[in-house]
Amino acid sequence: MTTADTGKNNDQAAAADRTPVVELRGTGKSYGNIRALHGVDLAVHPGKVTCVLGDNGAGKSTLIKIISGLHQHTEGEFLVDGEAVRFSTPREALDRGIATVYQDLATVPLMPVWRNFFLGSEMTKGPWPVRRLDIARMKKTADEELRNMGIVLDDLEQPIGTLSGGQRQCVAIARAVYFGARVLILDEPTAALGVKQSGVVLKYIAAARDRGLGVIFITHNPHHAYMVGDHFNVLRLGTLELSADRSEVSLEELTNHMAGGAELAALKHELAQVRGVDVEELPEAKDLQAPMAASSEGNS
Amino acid sequence: MTMSQQAAPAVTSPPASGPKERDGRTAQRSLVLRLLARPEVGVFLGAVAVFVFFFAMAPTFRSGSAMATVLYQSSTIGIMALPVALLMIGGEFDLSAGVAVITSALTASMVSFQLTMNVWVGVIVALVVSLAVGAFNGWMMVRTGLPSFLVTLGTFLGLQGINLAVTKLITGNVATDDISDMDGFGQAKAVFSSSFTVGGVQFKVTVLWWLFFAALATWVLLRTKYGNWIFAVGGNKDSARAVGVPVKFTKISLFMLVGFGAWFVGMHQLFSFNTVQSGEGVGQELIYIAAAVIGGCLLTGGYGSAIGPVFGAFMFGMVSQGIVYAGWNPDWFKAFLGVMLLGATLINLWVQKSATRR
Repeated sequence: MTTADTGKNNDQAAAADRTPVVELRGTGKSYGNIRALHGVDLAVHPGKVTCVLGDNGAGKSTLIKIISGLHQHTEGEFLVDGEAVRFSTPREALDRGIATVYQDLATVPLMPVWRNFFLGSEMTKGPWPVRRLDIARMKKTADEELRNMGIVLDDLEQPIGTLSGGQRQCVAIARAVYFGARVLILDEPTAALGVKQSGVVLKYIAAARDRGLGVIFITHNPHHAYMVGDHFNVLRLGTLELSADRSEVSLEELTNHMAGGAELAALKHELAQVRGVDVEELPEAKDLQAPMAASSEGNS
Repeated sequence: MTMSQQAAPAVTSPPASGPKERDGRTAQRSLVLRLLARPEVGVFLGAVAVFVFFFAMAPTFRSGSAMATVLYQSSTIGIMALPVALLMIGGEFDLSAGVAVITSALTASMVSFQLTMNVWVGVIVALVVSLAVGAFNGWMMVRTGLPSFLVTLGTFLGLQGINLAVTKLITGNVATDDISDMDGFGQAKAVFSSSFTVGGVQFKVTVLWWLFFAALATWVLLRTKYGNWIFAVGGNKDSARAVGVPVKFTKISLFMLVGFGAWFVGMHQLFSFNTVQSGEGVGQELIYIAAAVIGGCLLTGGYGSAIGPVFGAFMFGMVSQGIVYAGWNPDWFKAFLGVMLLGATLINLWVQKSATRR
């Protein structure tokens, strides 16, 4: 894989399967004397969901910013289709098929759904002085694309701000898929969503994967990651703590890693002392008595 | 709240009868409600109300010539209200729009008079100057990240001083010299300030220009890429930038569009009065902004239309002339405007809320 060129020439189909679309090798990023990310290896394959987990400050955002072209890496290598790259703008990343769906930076709330879908890449018709939007075609395409992703909206004219957070996220995903994304970076798409809506978003992540996209799913929720993930990377203090395939790791192990293993044990111990019950039994205790107090305890 | 909305529809959703699968969550809103959700409907109703009011109160208001005067008055506000409205949809203000009109007229007048050239030379130079003022506003705002309110407040004060000082410096007077006997004046007057007669009533050509620009602006806003970008940069400029909309270009060009409007109205003033008073124009910018806001443009950007400000300006024209026709003291005009502005804004707010509620 180090010689991507020969790989391409010899057997393109097989190479396409094996060569990751996006690969990081020992990549790191320093902001001045702060080392935000160090020695990260990551491979994104088409049709697979690569999850990046980590607590706040673990370096998740830095990682996406490198891949999406907002920042440049300062150490290691960043390869797209086996070719070392260095993006200076998000546009370059987009042109290579790497699309990022930011949590709130994706849509203009007061604009209709179909206008949002095509914003920045509008379809037009007619010669220059009277070149105009091809509204019928855009609406039709937007509707088809959304339906292909399993999103059914009654009225594409409604302002996108009237959609729920999950639906907005899904429109942004469908949009990225339509505009030729091969790699989809989802920045905590479920962070601000309710349980039901998170489920909807996870469904569309699976749909994008089934359409052959490589998905980088950034989250701090191991349960969400485990539902759709094929490969899991846990970041901790800027370095990779775990990189494992689905077959090699269980949800419990993932949660442990995510919470920092020992820290979680300490937390369990602490909670057990305070409440006199095992942490696994918290939900029952919560259901039985004082739901408000118990739930806030459980979250903290 | 969204969760409860999702829970409810199982009961209320109609049976899926259409050929396509429907979401079932949103019931089709009635035509009336959908119409009311348009930004220009509130101001249209307001304009009808003002019209009916003066129609009933002032007998002279009912004549054709009175309507021609009202339309003329409206057009001079309306032509400027259009680009100001587009700029507002794009999320910015231009406080220098009022004095920029006078700057343009002064430039054209002084360039052609002092250099004794064809007035068209002055007209072209004025256009360049007006576009440059707009470009400067836009560039300063984009470059420094200062709010447009501050940048254009600076331009407003600057131009106001320059208008007075330069005019006095060059002509030794507060007004420019009469250019009505210069080459090309007739042609320019025909374009910017002629009249035409329909059914025995004399209309000013600015009315036609106004309606033409309004139609053009509506088309651009709703049917072109650029129009899409205007809504996007006003609605959420970070999102717009992230998806590849040229935000800086859009904003700067919108300011230049206001420059173009100022040029056009400036030329109209010059060629209808032959001379320009250098101290005029102050306060007009607020009239334009008010017309745009009454016309349903959202002060914070991202929402509005080009038709709304047409009715907004028309309301202004009706009130300013209607007061005269009704035989009242014209000093009441501004008070009327204030009430109208607040009333129209409240009506807009109410209409939008009740129409977009789901």
